[in-house]
Order: sequence, then C-alpha cells, then structure tokens
Amino acid sequence: MTLLDIKNLEVSFSARKGDLRILYGIDLTLQPGEILGLVGESGSGKSVLAKAILGLLPGGGSVSKGAVLFEGQDLAQADPKAMRKIRGNRIAMIFQDPMATLNPVLRIDEQMREAITAHRSLPRAEVNARCIAILNKVGIPAPEERFVSFPHQLSGGMRQRIAIAIALLNDPVLILADEATTALDVTVQAQILHEMHRLCADEGTALIWVSHDLSVVSGIADRIAVMYAGRIVECGPVEQIVLNPRHPYTLGLIRSVPAEDSTGHELHQIPGLMPSPGALPQGCVFAARCFAATAHCRDVAPEYTETNGHGFACHVPNQGGQI
Amino acid sequence: MADTPILSVTGLTRKFVQSTPMTTQIASLITQRRWAPEKAVRAVNDVSFDIAAGETLGLVGESGCGKSTVARLVAGLLTPTSGTILFKGKLLQTCSQKELLKIQMVFQDPLSSLNPRMRLAQQLTEAITVHGIVSRSEQETYLRGIFGDCGIDPILANRYPHQVSGGQRQRFGIARALAMQPDLILCDEPVAALDVSIQAQIVNLFAKLRRDRGLAYLFISHDLNVVRHLCDETIVMYLGRVVERGPSTAIMANPRHRYTDDLRMAAPRVSATKRNFSPVHGEIPSPLSPPSGCAYHTRCRFVDTRCKTDMPPISTTPTGAFTCHNPISIT
Repeated sequence: MTLLDIKNLEVSFSARKGDLRILYGIDLTLQPGEILGLVGESGSGKSVLAKAILGLLPGGGSVSKGAVLFEGQDLAQADPKAMRKIRGNRIAMIFQDPMATLNPVLRIDEQMREAITAHRSLPRAEVNARCIAILNKVGIPAPEERFVSFPHQLSGGMRQRIAIAIALLNDPVLILADEATTALDVTVQAQILHEMHRLCADEGTALIWVSHDLSVVSGIADRIAVMYAGRIVECGPVEQIVLNPRHPYTLGLIRSVPAEDSTGHELHQIPGLMPSPGALPQGCVFAARCFAATAHCRDVAPEYTETNGHGFACHVPNQGGQI
Repeated sequence: MADTPILSVTGLTRKFVQSTPMTTQIASLITQRRWAPEKAVRAVNDVSFDIAAGETLGLVGESGCGKSTVARLVAGLLTPTSGTILFKGKLLQTCSQKELLKIQMVFQDPLSSLNPRMRLAQQLTEAITVHGIVSRSEQETYLRGIFGDCGIDPILANRYPHQVSGGQRQRFGIARALAMQPDLILCDEPVAALDVSIQAQIVNLFAKLRRDRGLAYLFISHDLNVVRHLCDETIVMYLGRVVERGPSTAIMANPRHRYTDDLRMAAPRVSATKRNFSPVHGEIPSPLSPPSGCAYHTRCRFVDTRCKTDMPPISTTPTGAFTCHNPISIT
C-alpha cells in the first residue's frame, strides 16, 4: 500500500497583488520504508512541499488544489486537531537548524518527554527509559548525561542528533528531513547520514530527505525528485537520475559538483538565476537557463511523462547520460 | 624578487586565554597559595606555509580546527602569540597601511559582511575613496571595470544587499576585495552558503580572476571537492596543527594521514548507488584539553599505544609532508 500519495498539489501564498502560486501540480508517491531525495535550488519550493505535507505552511500559505493522501487520509483537508495527532507521531520532521528546533531554556529531558506525553500517557520511568534508548540509538555518547543538558551545552552535531532522536520517539512511519545536515561538518554529516540510513532500514521508516546538494542525496536515497520553480521536473530511481539524467537541469546540477577530473577545467555552471514565483516565463520555466532550449520550449510548457518509473518534463531531453 | 613568496608563514601560533573569574582566583590563592592555572586554547599551533604569487593554497579541516584563525592572523585582525608572517618578504606588523591593502578578505556570508543600509555601489565607492585608489573622476569607469570582471550587472549596483540574490551578493563581496587591487585574497568559506549551481559560478569566477590578474588565494573551505578543483596546494588542519600538506590532487588521490583519508571518505559525492557510509567516530575534541600524543588518536581507527603518548614526527614526502605514526602506505 502506498504510504504517501500527493496528487496534483498546488500551494499558493496570498500577497498584496493577489495570490502567488508556489507549487504547481505536484504528483509524488512514497512507499513504506522508501527513501526519497528531494533536490532543488533555494526557491524551488522543496521546503514548501515538505511543510505542506505536514500542514506547517507559514502565514498566508495554503493548499489551493490537490490532495496529500497519507495512509488514505487527506492531510490537506484534515482539521488542526487531527493534524496534531499525526505531527510528531506518525510523521516527524527534522529541520536545518537544531538551535531553532530545540527550546533553549528547557533541558533536553523535558523536551523529549513532552514529545511522548503529547501523544500518549506512560509512566514517567518508562518515558525516560524510552528517551535514553533512543539517544543511544542515534549515537549519542553518555546519553544519561546529555539527557539533562541544555541545548547550548552541546555541539551542533549533538543537537541535530537530539532533534533526530525526538523525531524518532514515537516510531513515525514517515520522517521529513529539511536540509538536516547542511549546517554540519562533512564528518558529522556522514555520521548522521549513516545513522539515518540504518535507522530507517531497521524500523522500515520512510524518509523524505530535502537538500540542495545532489551529492548528499544520491548517497542515501532510493529515488530522487528534482524540483525547479515549484514543479517536479524529473523523478526516478537514483541510478537513473545520476547515470542517465534526462532533464537538462538535472544534468546541470550533477555537472556543477567539482569532480576528480575537473581540476584545472572550468566548472560547468548553470547560467542565470531561478525566476521569481511572481514572474514565471511562458513555456518551460527552465528555458531561459537551458543550453538546449528551442523556440518551442519558450512557448509551450512541456508535459511530464513517465516510463518505467523515471519521469521528466522536457521537450529536448538529454540522451547521452552524464556527458 | 621572483623567488620571494607573496606570503610566508613560519611557526605561527595563537593562544587564546580564558579569563579566570576573580572568585576562582581568590579560592585558589587561599587553598593552594598560588594563582589558578590559566586556561588556554592554542587555536593555531606551529603552522608554517608559503604562498607563491599567483598560487592558490587550500586550507581544510572541521569547524574548530583553527582555519579561520589562520586567516584572521594573516589579515592582521589578530596578532600572533609567536611565529612570523612575512608578506612579500616584509614582516606583517611592520607593513604600512597601504601595503596591507594588498591583502583582502572575502567572507562566507556577504549579508553580514556588507552594510545592509548602504547601496552596493556606495559601499564600493566608499572603499575606493577612503583609500584613494583612483581619482574621483575615474571612479565610475573603474567601478564598471570591476563589475565587468566580477560578472555583475551594473543595474544591481544601486540596490541594497538584501535586494540581490546570494550569488550576486557574494560577487559584490569579491568585487569589494578586488577594488583594492590586492595581490592576495583570503577567502573564508566563500562558497559554503551557496547553492550548488551558484557555487560553480563563483568557483569559476575565482579561477578567472586568478588567471586574469595573477591573484594568490588562501582558500579556506570544508568542501574537499571545491578545494581539489581550485587549489594547487592543500593543507589539512586538525586541532590547530597541520597534519598533512601537499599538492591538492595528490592529497585527495593518495592521502597519507588517516585524518585526510577519513575526511575524503566523508565528503559527499554524486553516486548512482547507495553509499556505505563508514563515518569517523565522535567529534573534534575540545581544544581546551587536547588529547595527548597524536591529537587525532581519539577518533582514528588505526590507533596504537604509540599514538596515545607520542606526538608523531613530521615525515616529508617528495611533494609534501604529514604527521602520522601509521600512515597509509603508497600503493
């Protein structure tokens, strides 16, 4: 059974000059235990999509069309009370900055206990034992000591681990991680990716890993969805996306990462900037930055077509693999 | 004077002393009849390197390893506890204001290094005026030239920093450094906050400016892919010390120090299959109480008793050097 089925989702923000559409016809499915990487530049709408799933859209934002079916229930239509039962319980979220996630004036133990008692009543000793067990699981040394610390007493990596531990407390079936390792050192990032991968495999938890960095996502995900200007422009299994990218934007993202043989050469760059949501061009949204764009691309928006689980929206798809 | 490196750093050390509270001092005087021992951090410990004109030196390491402190010392924003910094063969402390202008910095976050209340062009004009780089009548043409070099649309110049994108802001950060006609630019994580596609644009800009103007860079980054791409030589730092140095491509392809290897393995790269992350354990220890022996022994997988007690000596290779008791053998 499909765990998450997003159907033709549109999100708009009300602005002074009328509604501003941020997401356009997003279709996405997720199976239980699957890891999906969501990649895109800042402003592509990847965080908005993650927040729309959980009903956490900031002020003025709302789902204007479509459905977010989670275990058969439409989260876009769910009332706040029902959402509170799901948030942090069935679906958990990890944010980029753990210092903004954690309450700076409460000790870790209080914040962790709260996450459990908000959803079920358990004896305090049992709650504490559960917290310590989870802290152990996410690789925190001397968990009993850390359990009674304040967030500022821990390093950035430790804080992010605490945030992950809190997300895992209620055995969620889906975790959304929004740039969860972007602010960390590469060594700590590798540790966290390693542990997230292991935890999700052990518990059969599905994971949506949102990141701007394709190289991070490609190491952990089963499938990758590439977003651009509020649309999914390409989606498919990792090996398909990496070895045989069809959309020129995906190709550009892969080639922008300095590789072993790029030393001394000019790095491939995608020229220009992403268009702002209020001023989207007619036709394909990527046409202005695309090396392969034709006059047809600038006039008519390409349809998203899918074959064998690998879909893309492009008139002039790349044929030659990575090069 | 072609042989004199543009920057020559020898035995650079910087100690930060944590002040002891008066109450602790008094308690110590009463109970032990002496002052409380000072708590000191050697943020940079015996670091030496040279940068030749037109050369790019990469400095990599985790946060807290002292790489930014090195940049601040070289920029003259901090004074070294010991060691010497020679800029074009002259002691940095004795350089005149005008000579010091030839060292410029580019920071990670242009939003905090640019003045939010001044138009971008104004900020550049101010720097040029204060330092009298060109005469007032030539300012506009001069600025236009700099903007052209940095790939900045002149229309953006009359905006405020928050009105342009992150990549454009970083271009202004570079333009401001470039307006001083520097010989050496210290870049402290200049691409860390940018999207991958924008990062490629800025990396290419750095490479182009080096080609066109013969600039030398001290390029600080935690991203090994970028460092390998841009830098001729690379230094790897751990807890204030240099653990390995050598040509960038050699260091990344055949590292000798275990830490360099671990860093390399942890760096993300585009892969078609799921990666088996075999991460380094633990985190960088507190510099207030650095481990005995090799500082990396608490996290190293190849640690033996010698590593815990003896500081590894510096072993030189044909192209570089490293400090490790159990180095990776060359295959």
